Amino acid sequence: MMNNSGPAVAVSGLQVVRGRRRVIPGLDLEIPGGQVVGLLGPSGSGKSTLMRCIVGVQVVESGTVTVLGHPAGSAVLRDRVGYVTQSPSVYADLSVRDNVTYFGRAVGLRGAELREAVDRTLAEVDLTSYADQLVQDLSGGQESRVSLAAALVGRPSLLVLDEPTVGLDPVLRRDLWDLFRHLADRGHSLVVSSHVMDEATRCDRLVLLREGRVLADVTPAELLQQTGAVDADAAFLALIDAETARTAGSGERSAS
Amino acid sequence: MNAALTVATSGRVLRQVRTDRRTIALIIVVPCVLLGLLAWIYDGTPVFDAIGPALLGVFPMIVMFIVTSVATLRERQTGTLERLLTTPMGKGDFMMGYAAAFGALSTVQALIATGFAVWVCGLDVAGPLWLLVVVAVFDAVLGTALGLLASGFARTEFQAVQFMPAFLLPQFLLCGLLVPRDQLPTVLEWVSNVLPLSYAVDAMKEIASNADPVTAVLGDLGVVAAFIAGALALASLTLSRRSA
Repeated sequence: MMNNSGPAVAVSGLQVVRGRRRVIPGLDLEIPGGQVVGLLGPSGSGKSTLMRCIVGVQVVESGTVTVLGHPAGSAVLRDRVGYVTQSPSVYADLSVRDNVTYFGRAVGLRGAELREAVDRTLAEVDLTSYADQLVQDLSGGQESRVSLAAALVGRPSLLVLDEPTVGLDPVLRRDLWDLFRHLADRGHSLVVSSHVMDEATRCDRLVLLREGRVLADVTPAELLQQTGAVDADAAFLALIDAETARTAGSGERSAS
Repeated sequence: MNAALTVATSGRVLRQVRTDRRTIALIIVVPCVLLGLLAWIYDGTPVFDAIGPALLGVFPMIVMFIVTSVATLRERQTGTLERLLTTPMGKGDFMMGYAAAFGALSTVQALIATGFAVWVCGLDVAGPLWLLVVVAVFDAVLGTALGLLASGFARTEFQAVQFMPAFLLPQFLLCGLLVPRDQLPTVLEWVSNVLPLSYAVDAMKEIASNADPVTAVLGDLGVVAAFIAGALALASLTLSRRSA
């Protein structure tokens, strides 16, 4: 069923220019399959751009991105990769159920299988009682869950989620992270970005990005151990301070 | 291209329209009001019988152009289009889905507008009434196809709305309603020969004056259909899965 051999995503020599900025100046990364991998970093660190590259909607300058053994964005991946953008991308003038059903059809679900998948997904994102509401009548947090449901409905092998828990209350956030864990246990791979550091402890691995570079690629335990910090927030700051000191040092050396 | 995905898309578009009752009302009522106004202006003269059929084609085309270009621009801006293109949904499925949905809507529109023109406004044509409806539907689908194409070049709503006068008004000026096409200055006649609305209006004029217009109308509709196919194909090229 799921292919757990080989990495879910392999990125090599990736360079991306957006506008006039080189937002990813050269990035190598391997994301293992069957795990929840957290992509952390301050805003502007390249998290969303990296995710766009993995899904294959980003024009890249150079480098390769391989997803489940195929070049990112190739046709064979289109029903195996689910993508949720940071701002919800669903139809505001459709009901919750119609949205999820349409995206289910788009990945090839039909008939009873489709209906079951839609019901299951609505329950997973806790929107069953809102199924017949128009999305435009929902709250922001509910709307982003519709967007998540639209990606979950096809049970993709790889889920790429850009800040899926923003604006959600603690109970829902816990439930969604439980769902992510459940999916990973069944062999799905997840890449989840967040700038809420306390969510980092729910991941199997953490990739910390800063200015388009990988600052650390570790397990949560290793992160705390390496930095001697008590929580992920402090650990991240410690890493950034260390990096800043190092680059400042090398800058002085090269200037002299 | 995948028929199931095309059908899924047109079903989705129609569901969206259904939640917006005011838009449905505008799509149905506006052409009728304009035709009624025209019949009233030319009350007691033969003018309405001469230009009424042509405008029965032009009004739906304008309405569908605007509705479509705004709808697709919205898909680009909310990110739903980018998301769809990460799924097995093809560009052609997306385009054909829109064309089919608005084609269905314009069939209803054409039936009501034609009925209104004939039975309320007293429009009298030499050819068969069903052919009026067929040509009106073709014109509306042409409007949809051109709207899909235009929205590919629009980055904002302001631009999308401006494309209506830019794409459609020159066609309207040159389609033969103001001055018969064969009496236009030569260069303008050539230009009018390569604009789709000219053929749509030719077909309507044929129905207005000819008791057996089917052959002539089929020729004109063939040209309109070719323009629809061309506009949809070009519009597909404006969609790209990757952006910077």
